[in-house]
Amino acid sequence: MKNLKTLTLVLITMITFSSCSDDDSNGPVNEEEVITTVSATFTPQGGGTPVVLISRDLDGDGPDAPVVSVSGPFTAGTIYEGAIHFLNQLASPAEDITTEIQQEGDEHQVFFQHSGIGTIAYLDEDMNGNPLGLSVLYTATTTPGAGSMTITLRHEPNKTAEGVANGNIANAGGSTDAQVNFSVVVE
Amino acid sequence: MSLSFGEGVRVRSEAMLILYPNPMRIYILLLALLAGSWCAHSQHTISGKVAAPNNIPLDGAHIHIGLLHGSSAPDGSYEVHNVASGEQHMYISYIGYKTMDTLVNMQGDVRLDIVLSPETMQLEEVVLAETKVSKNTVHEQRLTTETIEKYSNASLGDALKEVAGVYSLRTGSTLVKPVINGLHSSRVPVISNNVRLEDQQWGTEHAPNLDINSAGRVSVIKGASALQYGGDAIGGLVLVEPVSVLQDTLFGKTILTTDSNGRGGSLSSSIHKGNYSGWAWNAGGTFKYMGDREAPDYVLSNTGNREANFAGDVKYLGNDYDASVSYSFYNATIGIAKATHIGNVADLVRAINNGQPDVAAPFTYTIGAPRQEVQHHLAKANFNKQLSDDASLSLQYAFQLNNRKEFDMRRGDYANVPALDLVLATHSLNADWKKVTNGTEYKTGISTSAQFNNASPDTGVRPLIPTYDKYDAGVYGIVSHSFSNSLSAEAGLRYDFSHISAMKYYQKTRWNSLGYNGVYDHFIIKDTVSQWLTNPRFTYHNVSASLGIRKKLSLKYDLLANAGLAMRNPNPSELFSDGLHHSNGTIELGNLGIEKEKALKLSATLLKRESNFRMEATPYLNAIRDFIYLSPTGVEYTIRGTFPVFNYRQDNVLMAGLDLHTDWDITGHFRHSFNFAYVHADNTTRKEPLIDMPPLNISNTLRYSLDWHSLFLELRSEAVFTQTRYPDNNFYADVPVNGELVPTYVDISTPPPGYHLLHFTSGMQFALGKTLASLGFSVNNIFNTAYRDYLNRQRFYTDDIGRNFQLQLKFNY
Repeated sequence: MKNLKTLTLVLITMITFSSCSDDDSNGPVNEEEVITTVSATFTPQGGGTPVVLISRDLDGDGPDAPVVSVSGPFTAGTIYEGAIHFLNQLASPAEDITTEIQQEGDEHQVFFQHSGIGTIAYLDEDMNGNPLGLSVLYTATTTPGAGSMTITLRHEPNKTAEGVANGNIANAGGSTDAQVNFSVVVE
Repeated sequence: MSLSFGEGVRVRSEAMLILYPNPMRIYILLLALLAGSWCAHSQHTISGKVAAPNNIPLDGAHIHIGLLHGSSAPDGSYEVHNVASGEQHMYISYIGYKTMDTLVNMQGDVRLDIVLSPETMQLEEVVLAETKVSKNTVHEQRLTTETIEKYSNASLGDALKEVAGVYSLRTGSTLVKPVINGLHSSRVPVISNNVRLEDQQWGTEHAPNLDINSAGRVSVIKGASALQYGGDAIGGLVLVEPVSVLQDTLFGKTILTTDSNGRGGSLSSSIHKGNYSGWAWNAGGTFKYMGDREAPDYVLSNTGNREANFAGDVKYLGNDYDASVSYSFYNATIGIAKATHIGNVADLVRAINNGQPDVAAPFTYTIGAPRQEVQHHLAKANFNKQLSDDASLSLQYAFQLNNRKEFDMRRGDYANVPALDLVLATHSLNADWKKVTNGTEYKTGISTSAQFNNASPDTGVRPLIPTYDKYDAGVYGIVSHSFSNSLSAEAGLRYDFSHISAMKYYQKTRWNSLGYNGVYDHFIIKDTVSQWLTNPRFTYHNVSASLGIRKKLSLKYDLLANAGLAMRNPNPSELFSDGLHHSNGTIELGNLGIEKEKALKLSATLLKRESNFRMEATPYLNAIRDFIYLSPTGVEYTIRGTFPVFNYRQDNVLMAGLDLHTDWDITGHFRHSFNFAYVHADNTTRKEPLIDMPPLNISNTLRYSLDWHSLFLELRSEAVFTQTRYPDNNFYADVPVNGELVPTYVDISTPPPGYHLLHFTSGMQFALGKTLASLGFSVNNIFNTAYRDYLNRQRFYTDDIGRNFQLQLKFNY
């Protein structure tokens, strides 16, 4: 009988300890890692009005599509310095993710694919001397026309693969953190 | 010569035998026997075979003689060397069978063949209560001890694949879920130590959280015929039970496994104290350490895994009662191939077109992201009481705590913050009563459970599954009756109540796009600018039923027929899923309007038993109303790019299939085993094939065995055909080409081609002093064949694993 008592005691102890459950109601998740906004500001060398491309998706992975805006046309033959920014505007105040990407430069690279609207060259490097792509030099084509530009942020790309250092995304691998497409015009 | 306990002893008297074990002790004196010479050697060898009635060999039966121990090989043979002369006590025990206790007079080498008869009544295991082997209307397919041990460094899902009609749903090579007759996850509950495992089993990437090494017995019941475990097993049940020996004995075993593919291994050790009265206990632990697995052509980066598990129990067997407490802990870290993490559809198209991963790092033991860290605690207390000669009562309380952390490839400080962090606590209380009278058995019971899921908000990612509370209660009754020695029948009825109350934030845009606006407004409790805080509540009342008959057609043939009605409530993922699934680049959306699934399964099993040939053939038909599945509904655009959207929807489904298994003893040394499984499943609402059905698969095993050191050599051929029946879910998505978005065809539907693999296994036993040691050597995928499996979630990204050499050393002591 003594054994039985011991067992009963063990049973009661277990029930007592396990029946305290967490009833806290959790708050909404603060989505701090999400990129809601990609902006690319192209400033003409020697001054002038910058061309600003913005893609903003305030519901993240939600059903709404990103809202895309292009401030104006590029000027044929002009050289622009481009600065790319990634923001999380769901956080308050809005969080600039660009610095984080810069700090982890070896794990990121921004790629620019376009339909022959000129040439885009990397101006910056990560800690290993490989291109990063937050700062670029865009030389607009001398032939006016309409085209498109896709800006892609890759996480953990293979930076040493063939062509990747020159901005060719084909062999880059990794996973896509952001991919936005803009319709642009060169006048 | 052969010994056998009389069969056909009435149930009641057998119950008495166990309560008062003395009369059961039958001492049989073996006089000087057989080939052994009357020489003056002081040490002898005893050998023979252990079998169940009908000459079915018992694999892993435990043998004690004097101070020596041994266990039988898969063909039932055993050998114990260095036995002293004179009268020796010998015990032969096997779970589910009556222990034999005998005296052997050793005057030379002795050969003793043993036939154990099945236990018809076991007090301490409710699970085993209906093991009247010849009268059971439900056909349980059991794994042999050899199979369980062979997969010591693998998983439950891998081992179960050896049963005809059980396939596996994989994520890589370590996350393996059993698929019974085409169904899995929430449709196939796993019952571990009589407790229903609650381990986020809804997820296709969530393998059962238990250590196969803690299992003494693993069996499969196809269909929902075992109502005492629940009424929602639309696919079937997996029963895992610990070792239990009704004999005063102390024994243990240690298994050391090393694998070339993954360059690691596992160590599993357990010790068991069996008893017929007083204290009995088990304790065991397992460690696993594996690095990256390798496909034939490349390393599968980040596919290592670690496990550290423990299981133990203590039981007290009194005169007319027994009580036990048990605890088990499963702790695993599992790497997910890096190649499967994709950001958007462009990445998916690239993966499909490249045909091989672009992440190809050298071999490492390091596990980075993505990975799963899972811990599962299971504690239970159990009390069984014999109320009278023919009635018994069992009470059980169990507590389970499951913590699942999934780490994704993330930026900055978030790299070490899980993207999913769920804590699931489940309390369950069961009471089962059983009464056996002349030829009729009554079983009834109630079960209640309370479950609390907590989705941590600290992940920085909106959780796939919300925080929720769930309460369940069920009551069942089962009557079985033997009309004659050749005909028995069973009927069961069960009612279940379930209530779930969740707390979930919905993005307002999502809420509207799912059409909830105006329909589920009563669930909204708070407005947080861009999101609604909602409290969805659902209540379900389910009725399930089963009917089975077993007819002995002749000495060789038995026919079993079963009809089962099962109902399954939608799981949290089907109701609430809401977001991006990184491993397959899809947005998966649950639906609050999902209703319960109802299934009617009809099946028959024809059993044939001859001395050198055995067959089991099981044709079945499963009609499911409102079958819940993921179906593609369109494409969504986000700042990451394009994603296909899959919504849970419900249609009617009809599945028909055949499982076939045969064993043929060609000669005394050669045995051939054959498995065949085919399922033909249609979505009858949409008039198209059902997605993710296992393709036709056939396996042939040829085994050569010798008495010499119980040596066996086995060659196994595994043929998996191409699944030709699948729905076309292919879609067009915008993929950037030279800066322009080009609509690109994404083929996510076409199953990979069929494949054929050859495996080799061998083993032998030898004596190391007083312990019995076994050495096993095997080669999996001998020809290093590159293949992909339709039911592997990573088939778009990587090949399956290549050749593996395995060395296994086992000690029984």
